[in-house]
Amino acid sequence: MREKAKILDKDTLNRALMRIAHEILEKNKGTKDLCLVGIRNRGVYLAKRLADCIEKIENERVAVGILDITLYRDDLTLIAPQPVVHKTEIDFDITDKNIVLVDDVLYTGRTVRAALDAFMDLGRPKSIQLAVLIDRGHRELPVRADYAGKNIPTAKNETVEVRLTEVDGQDEVVIVEKDN
Amino acid sequence: MPLTWDRKDLLGLENLSREEIELILLTAESFKEVSTRDIKKVPALRGKTVVNLFYEPSTRTRVSFEVAAKRLSADVINIATETSSVKKGETLIDTGKNIQALRADIIVMRHNYSGAAAMLARALEISVVNAGDGWHEHPTQALLDIFTLKEKLGRIEGLNVTIVGDIAHSRVARSNIWGLTKLGAKVTVCAPAILIPVAIEQMGVSVSHDIDGALKNADAVNVLRMQFERDESEAFPAQLEYFKNFGITKDRLEKLKKNIMVMHPGPLNRGIEISSEVADGANSVILEQVTNGIAVRMAVLFLVAQGRDKNKKDETPN
Repeated sequence: MREKAKILDKDTLNRALMRIAHEILEKNKGTKDLCLVGIRNRGVYLAKRLADCIEKIENERVAVGILDITLYRDDLTLIAPQPVVHKTEIDFDITDKNIVLVDDVLYTGRTVRAALDAFMDLGRPKSIQLAVLIDRGHRELPVRADYAGKNIPTAKNETVEVRLTEVDGQDEVVIVEKDN
Repeated sequence: MPLTWDRKDLLGLENLSREEIELILLTAESFKEVSTRDIKKVPALRGKTVVNLFYEPSTRTRVSFEVAAKRLSADVINIATETSSVKKGETLIDTGKNIQALRADIIVMRHNYSGAAAMLARALEISVVNAGDGWHEHPTQALLDIFTLKEKLGRIEGLNVTIVGDIAHSRVARSNIWGLTKLGAKVTVCAPAILIPVAIEQMGVSVSHDIDGALKNADAVNVLRMQFERDESEAFPAQLEYFKNFGITKDRLEKLKKNIMVMHPGPLNRGIEISSEVADGANSVILEQVTNGIAVRMAVLFLVAQGRDKNKKDETPN
């Protein structure tokens, strides 16, 4: 494992989130019926930060939920280490709401597919949009992001690591090259 | 960081590590939310087949496993042995191998012989979950008791738990003792001497024959069902005598001058081991145990299914 490049630092990461917050508000014409739902694990922190940004702009707090998609994965038996199942915590009614799903990296699109399935079991939102910090390409399913912090062309033997102060002690995004 | 689960079976709590028990409890916490949804179903075991194989009558455990499997989207088949080829003399292993040949994935078994689940698990490649074997273990009941304790009282470490009743014939007691002591609770068993097995202290529990004394320091009491159908010998106490000396009544609890959580694995013998006032009263968490049983069994089915896949993968040469 070798760090190849730093894509975002603390300042550029926070500016990207602020821009996404503006775009979300522009597209949804304000905060009415707007809810953010973070996909575990780092999507949760990004959703909370986007809610902070939106509050700064509009002076309104939007609801934030947490979605665990472990039970909806199509690769449960393939991945190692085994995922620990965590709770989904969405304590508001999602019916007729405009939901913005938030995740750190958009890659194959399979996580988003699982998240959409999970959502359909929870209710019927008016719309679901997708916000990601990094879009790194290599989609395996027809999924696209409505809001992206940064588009980065990557090779398949690379991984994108999003590090956030809340879990990793600092804000940065780096490309890591795997040893072959 | 909790470790991962790599067992294909759940046979008892005796052989599990503290970390494995904690992983089941943690997983169950997440599954509890599923049953509160309008659509009480997740696709985690879609395409898997769970066979309930019950050699002893059981409604609540079987239904609980069936509900748990269905909420995970598994297909469930119930085999009641009274109406099956077991009556024609088929051995347990043969029955198991036939179920395996049907490409089922998990057998949930209740059997009247201690060790039956372990024997079946050794003979089969598919997962076996012990839903009670003789006087030996009933791991999912103990797990749901422990889950309820932890949910209500916030911890297990350092809790004083008293188990009252027929300890000698109780798989629920044995599994609870293994699980609770591994997680750091202090366990007292309380019953007439005839219902306490010799050398039970070696399992790390205290023994009492005085119910009021045993309740005094307890944070929770787990009241076992008096299984009069199992032992009709003269040594067994009379029902009224038992109620008078060991029954959990409102008077007994009021004397304690503190809150004590009352659990019971069901079905209740009202007026024998527990009074109706207590069973339906504010201290009772009996129906919450039933609700929690679903989450715990979902977690167990989910983990053994993954554990089996993992074992299969490990055997495949790369």
